[in-house]
Amino acid sequence: MSTTTESPSSRQATHPGERIAEWTDGRLGLYKLAKSNLRKIFPDHWSFMLGEVCLYSFVILILTGVYLTLFFHPSMNEVVYHGPYAPLQGVRMSDAYASTMHISFEVRGGLLVRQIHHWAALIFIAGMIVHMMRVFFTGGFRKPREINWLFGWTLLFLGMFTGFTGYSLPDDLLSGTGVRFMEGAILSTPLVGTYLSMFLFGGEFPGHDFVSRFYSVHILLLPGLMAGLLTAHLILIFYHKHTQFPGAGKTEKNVVGTPLLPIYTAKAGGFFFLVFGVISAIAAMVTVNPIWTMGPYRPDQVSTGAQPDWYMGFSEGLIRVMPGWEIRLWGHTLVLGVFIPLMIFPLVLLAIAVYPFIESWVTGDKREHHILDRPRNRPVRTGFGVAWLTLYFVLLVGGGNDIWATHFHLSINAITWFVRIGFFVLPVLTYWITKRICLGLQRRDRDKVLHGRETGIIKRLPHGEFIEVHEPLSQQQLHVLTAHAQPAPIELGPAVDENGVARKTNPVEKLQARMSRNFYGEHSQIPKPTAEEYEEVLAGHGHHEEITSGSGSH
Amino acid sequence: MSDEFGSHKDVSENLPSAHGAHSGDAVQHDPFANPGLPPHEYRRQDIDEKAAKHSERVVAGLFTLSMLGTIAFIACFVIFPVDKIVYIFPFGHVSALNFSLGLTLAVALLGIGVGAVHWARTLMSDEEIVDERHRADADDELRENIRQQWITGARESGFGRRKLIRTTMYGAMALVPLAGVVLLRDLGPLPEDKLFHTLWAKGKVLINSNTNKPLRPEDVVVGSLTFAQPEGLQESDEDFQQQIAKAALMIVRLKPEDIKDKREAQWGHEGIVAFSKICTHVGCPISLYEQQTHHVLCPCHQSTFDLSDGARVIFGPAGHPLPQLRISVNGDGNLVALGDFAVPVGPAFWERS
Repeated sequence: MSTTTESPSSRQATHPGERIAEWTDGRLGLYKLAKSNLRKIFPDHWSFMLGEVCLYSFVILILTGVYLTLFFHPSMNEVVYHGPYAPLQGVRMSDAYASTMHISFEVRGGLLVRQIHHWAALIFIAGMIVHMMRVFFTGGFRKPREINWLFGWTLLFLGMFTGFTGYSLPDDLLSGTGVRFMEGAILSTPLVGTYLSMFLFGGEFPGHDFVSRFYSVHILLLPGLMAGLLTAHLILIFYHKHTQFPGAGKTEKNVVGTPLLPIYTAKAGGFFFLVFGVISAIAAMVTVNPIWTMGPYRPDQVSTGAQPDWYMGFSEGLIRVMPGWEIRLWGHTLVLGVFIPLMIFPLVLLAIAVYPFIESWVTGDKREHHILDRPRNRPVRTGFGVAWLTLYFVLLVGGGNDIWATHFHLSINAITWFVRIGFFVLPVLTYWITKRICLGLQRRDRDKVLHGRETGIIKRLPHGEFIEVHEPLSQQQLHVLTAHAQPAPIELGPAVDENGVARKTNPVEKLQARMSRNFYGEHSQIPKPTAEEYEEVLAGHGHHEEITSGSGSH
Repeated sequence: MSDEFGSHKDVSENLPSAHGAHSGDAVQHDPFANPGLPPHEYRRQDIDEKAAKHSERVVAGLFTLSMLGTIAFIACFVIFPVDKIVYIFPFGHVSALNFSLGLTLAVALLGIGVGAVHWARTLMSDEEIVDERHRADADDELRENIRQQWITGARESGFGRRKLIRTTMYGAMALVPLAGVVLLRDLGPLPEDKLFHTLWAKGKVLINSNTNKPLRPEDVVVGSLTFAQPEGLQESDEDFQQQIAKAALMIVRLKPEDIKDKREAQWGHEGIVAFSKICTHVGCPISLYEQQTHHVLCPCHQSTFDLSDGARVIFGPAGHPLPQLRISVNGDGNLVALGDFAVPVGPAFWERS
C-alpha cells in the first residue's frame, strides 16, 4: 500500500459536497474517521437526553456569552448613572454595573440575551446534577467509564464556579454580598487567609480589581477548561459507545439503537433547538436576576432575603447552620465556624466523585459493564445516592432558612436546628428507607417472574375457591427482571491456616470484606429466581395453583 | 409491541407442555434467556404513503413556522422601542421588546426543533441496528510489543543509567514553576495591619449616612436605628468602598437601665451606643433591628446580636460580638469617636487575637 500514485482513478466525485469530502479526506483522513462514526449506534432512552440538555445549554452559554462581552465593561471605575432607568439617576456605581444596565435597558435584545444566558446557566448546572444522578443510579460510571465520570464531575464543579464568577460580574448589591461572603470565608483559612484575600482582591475588600479578575476567569480560564473537558467527555462516549438498559437483544457485547446518521443527528440536532427555544421562551416570560431592582454594590448596604443562585445554595446552608466556633490561642484565631463549612463544601462533592472507585474496591468488580443496572438491584448504591441527595437538599433548605421561615411562618431557630440534626440523621434515614424500598421491589420482581403479572381478574374454581389470575411475563420481561448478576460478597478466608496457626488478616482486607458483605450480603439482595424454581412453579409441583397461563381469562 | 407480546404469550402458554416434553434437557433450557432483538414493527408512515405525506407536510409546516418566527423577530426588533413597557396578563408590566423578541425567537427555534424530531420519528427509518463492542484494553501481543518499544526507548535515553542527569532534571523541573509563583506576588499588598484599623480616630465626628450631617445626641431617639460614617469620607473618594466596608457604624439609643453590660454603657453616651455594622461572621452589613428586644439581625445568615448586652451573639453562625466604638460629645454638641475600634471589625481571621 505504499504506492506513490495519485488517488485511485475510480474516485470520480461529481457532487460538489463529495468533492469537498474528497479534498478533506486527502488532508485529514476524513473517511477513516467516518468509517466507525457515521453510522455509530446510539441506544434510545429518555434519560440519555439529560446529558444533551447540558451540552446544548453550554453551547447556548458560549453563544450568548460572546455577545454579552461585546457590551459589558469589566471595570470597577466609578461612574455616575445617567441612563434611562429613572430610580438610579445620579447614583454612583461601577462601570461593570452601569454597562449591565446599558445592556438591559438600551441595547435592543440585550436584556433577552442576558436572561437567556442566566437561565441557560441555571439549567446547565441543574442538568449536570440530574444527568450525574442518572449515571450514578444506573451504575453507568463502572469500568470502563470511571474516567469519564470524573470528567463529568469536574465539569459540574467548574460549572458551579463559572456560575458564581459570572453572576458576580454585574457588581450589584446581591452579587456583591455573595462576594463578601466568599471573602469572609477565605479570611477564615488558617495562616494564609488574609494573604489570600489581599491577593485575590488586590488589596482590601472590595478593591478595584475583582470584577476584571473574575471576568478573565469567567470568560476564558474556566470555559476554556470546560470546553476541553467537554470534548474529552464526548470523545470517550464515542469511544466506549453508549451504555444501554437490559432488554431483548441487548448484551454486554453489543449496542442496540439507531445510527448517528440520520436518526440521531436529526433527533439530537432538533433537540438543541428545542432546548434553545424553551430557554428563549422562559427568558421572555420570567425575569431572572433583575439587577436594576437591587442597585449597585456598597459594602455597607444589603437587602433581605439574599440568596445565591440555587447551585451555591448548599454551601450557603453549610455556613448558615454551622455553630460560630472560634478558638483563640496564642494570639491567633482559628475560625472553625466558617472554615469547617468551607472544607465540607468540596468534601460533599468529592464523596460522590470517588464513589465509583470505592464501589469497585469493595465489590472487587474489575469487569467491563455496558448494560446499566436497574437501581433496585443495587440497594446499597441506590441508598447511598439518595442519602447524598438528601444531604444536598437538607443543606439547600438550610441555605434558604429565611425564605422557609417567612413563606411557611416557621421559626428560623427551629429550621436551623432541623438542618443541624437533619444533616446527620436524614441521610442515614433515607439510606435505610431506600434500601428497604429496593429490596421490596426486588421481591416484587421475583414474584412477577415466578407467578406472573397480577391481572386483577378473580376466578372461582369448581370447588369454590377464589384465585386471582396471573398472566405470565413475556420472554423479554422475564429476561429484563433476571438479567442482573448477583455477586457473592468477598470472603475473608479462614481465620487459621492449614497448620492451625492463626492467620494474620490485614485490617484493610477485613474492612473490604465487611463492606462487601454490606453490599452483596443476604441483607442487601433478594435471590433472584433460578431456572429450577421457575420450572417447578410452572409444573405446579408442591405449589399452590397460582399460575394459570392466563387460561380462561381471555 | 402487540405482535411481539402476542407471540410471547403463545410461547408462555405452551411452556408447561414444552417443559414436559423436554424434561430430559431442562438443565440446558434457560427460561430467562435473552429472546434476541424483537422483529421490527412498521409505523403507519412506513406502509401508508398518505400518512407519510401527512407527516411530511407537518414537518414542512413546522419549518415554515420557524421562518415566520425569524421574520417576526426581525419585525419586532424594528417596531418596538427599547423602552416600551406594556401590560400583559399574567406577566404584569413587561418590556414589549424583550417579551416579543423572546417569544418569536422561541417560535423560530422550536419550529426547527420540533420539525426535526418529528421528521426523525415518523419518516426516517426506525429500525434498530446492532453494533459490536470492543474491549478497551489491548491483547497480549500488542501489550508485549508496546512494552518492548518502551524499554527500547527508555534504554536509548539512558534515563535510568545516568542518575546525575535524572536528578538534576527533577531539580530543574521542580524549581522552574517557582518563577510563575513569584510572579503572582504583586496580585495584592501584604495584609500587614490593614484589617486592624478603620478610619475612626479620636475626635472624628459621626456623620449620619442618610442626611450627611453630623449626628447629635438629640437626633437619636429610643427605638431608632441610625447608620453613621466618619467625617471626611466622601462617596467620590477613591477608596470609599474599602473604607466604608470597615467603618460603617450603627447607632442606637437604649434606656440606660436597659444596658446590661457595664463597659457598653461607659463606652456610650447617655444610652447612645455605636457598634460596627459589619457582621463578625462573614462581613454582611447588619440592617434589621428589633427595638423591643434590642436585637440586631444580619439578613445574610441570621446571626443575631443583643445590643443591650455588649452585642454578644445570641443566635446564628457568628463567633464573636460586634465591636463597639467609644463615643462622646464634642464642644459643638456632635457625637464623636474617642478612638478607633479596640478590635478588628468584620469576619475573624488567623492574625486576630
